[in-house]
Amino acid sequence: MTAVAAVNSKTHGIWGRISDLMWRKPGLLVATLLSLPILWLGIIYLGSLFTLLLQSFYSIDEFSGMIRREFTLKTYGELLSPANFDIILRTFLMACAVTISAAFIAFPIAYYAARYARGRLKALFYLAVMLPLWSSYLVKIYAWKLILAKEGIVNWLVSELGLSFLLNALLSVPVIGGNSLSVSYVGTYLVLLYVWLPFMILPVQAALERVPTNLIEASRDLGGTQRQTLRIVIIPLAMPGIIAGSIFTFSLTLGDFIVPQIIGTSRRFIGQAVYAHQGTAGNIPLAAAFAVVPIVIMTIYLWVAKRQGALDAL
Amino acid sequence: MRFDDRPSATLRVAVIGGLLFLHLPILLIFLYAFTTEDKSYEFPPPGLTLRWFAVTWNRPDVWEALELSLKVAAVSSLIALVLGTLCAAAVSRSRFFGRESISLLVILPIALPGIITGISLRSAFNLFDIPFSTLTIILGHATFCVVVVYNNAIARFRRLSGSIIEASMDLGADGFQTFRYVIVPNIATALLAGGMLAFALSFDEVIVTTFTAGQQQTLPIWMLEELVRPRQRPVTNVVAMVVVAVTFMPILGAYYLTAEKVARR
Repeated sequence: MTAVAAVNSKTHGIWGRISDLMWRKPGLLVATLLSLPILWLGIIYLGSLFTLLLQSFYSIDEFSGMIRREFTLKTYGELLSPANFDIILRTFLMACAVTISAAFIAFPIAYYAARYARGRLKALFYLAVMLPLWSSYLVKIYAWKLILAKEGIVNWLVSELGLSFLLNALLSVPVIGGNSLSVSYVGTYLVLLYVWLPFMILPVQAALERVPTNLIEASRDLGGTQRQTLRIVIIPLAMPGIIAGSIFTFSLTLGDFIVPQIIGTSRRFIGQAVYAHQGTAGNIPLAAAFAVVPIVIMTIYLWVAKRQGALDAL
Repeated sequence: MRFDDRPSATLRVAVIGGLLFLHLPILLIFLYAFTTEDKSYEFPPPGLTLRWFAVTWNRPDVWEALELSLKVAAVSSLIALVLGTLCAAAVSRSRFFGRESISLLVILPIALPGIITGISLRSAFNLFDIPFSTLTIILGHATFCVVVVYNNAIARFRRLSGSIIEASMDLGADGFQTFRYVIVPNIATALLAGGMLAFALSFDEVIVTTFTAGQQQTLPIWMLEELVRPRQRPVTNVVAMVVVAVTFMPILGAYYLTAEKVARR
């Protein structure tokens, strides 16, 4: 049988020869394998990113509304105008708030799943994170529209429990409050947190699984309390996972334009500014410049994360 | 990390609270699909009915959007399957100059916010006068779906020992035979799982699609219209429920395909 196969490969003609060539020159094999994906991603994705970058250096003529195709930093200058800078700052602060809260909610779940859950329970925990992570983004937002609506479940629950005064107190806080939850920053924050939270849990859990047991035992043997062990041993070792998770929550919040549009105030976030400037306003250069902001923030973020060794935890 | 001490009460409360926060909102969708109320989001629902399912069934716009979404998801996940597998095969089998950049290139479309992918593609299509159509939607979707297939495939390639490929070659199989009889059976379930996840990702995508679609409506675009300007709340409720139920299937399928293999090893 083997002898037959060996003979066969010689008589394979052109295909056999190609196969032999690939085996002799692995570099050629890699190049062949990569050519198609590189062409696709290089032309369609990188090419598009490059045109976007290019357009951010163009400017728009105030009188004609036409795009002037010559190099200028004027459009980037416009980002620093008070109104535009407010948008950037607001988005950045929201991304920080969402990321920090997500880390706090995710850690106990990841910790329990990594440390206590076994067998079936472990599988259940995994699915309990995967299902919300993968379920439809718009349906999740829609669910929160139902929850936060004036006639919705939150207001119903609050009034049944006689706690309306608490909700009203929250809504009357300047800046974060509003007429109702669905038109306040609190609402935007809750929905963003909900939508991106699962992206934090998985990397944190992966990092916690890798914490060696003997280090925890050593900490206990040396008289560390549970709290001290957590603070001094476990959390620092899980940090790469937390940073890896925060890359997702931060990046996804920075670019979101649908959540703040549906649940939130009329004040814009970066994503909405990009959307509005490229759409009806037709100011592609400004939209492009706005889009470069998250790219710059994420590049700095990834650079810091890489130095912390968090990229291996992705 | 194994430990035999008991979880503290605080931890249990935090875990249960966190999991409820993750799951209750989705369950609410299932309740609202049956409500008799059609003007507002009243809770608790004044009554339950199956009427809206029939109404939704007879809506041509919903069917058209669903059909387009399925078509786009099928084609994009096929393209992603080919590109992702090729990439994973190259990156896992050898070390070469620029290897790290390849993984970065694959991950980038999903690591950067979707709006950047979206507006980049849109401005490029505009610049080269490419009309917006089903094709442009697919171009965008396939690009960010590659990473899902790539991740699944590369994990399996890493576990696939190089010696069985050498054994196959020693026994006289050529590269194509090895691929057909040794590599494919070993990576098939990972590819199927990756393909299913890519399908789910594409089926649900809205951010990039808002930039790359012309007049066509995918199901998520249809939902977005309803979210921004609610016109038929009951129909939206039913569609939302169906979307949740439909996307769960590939996720569960992909989970069992990959989990089973891990357990056997």
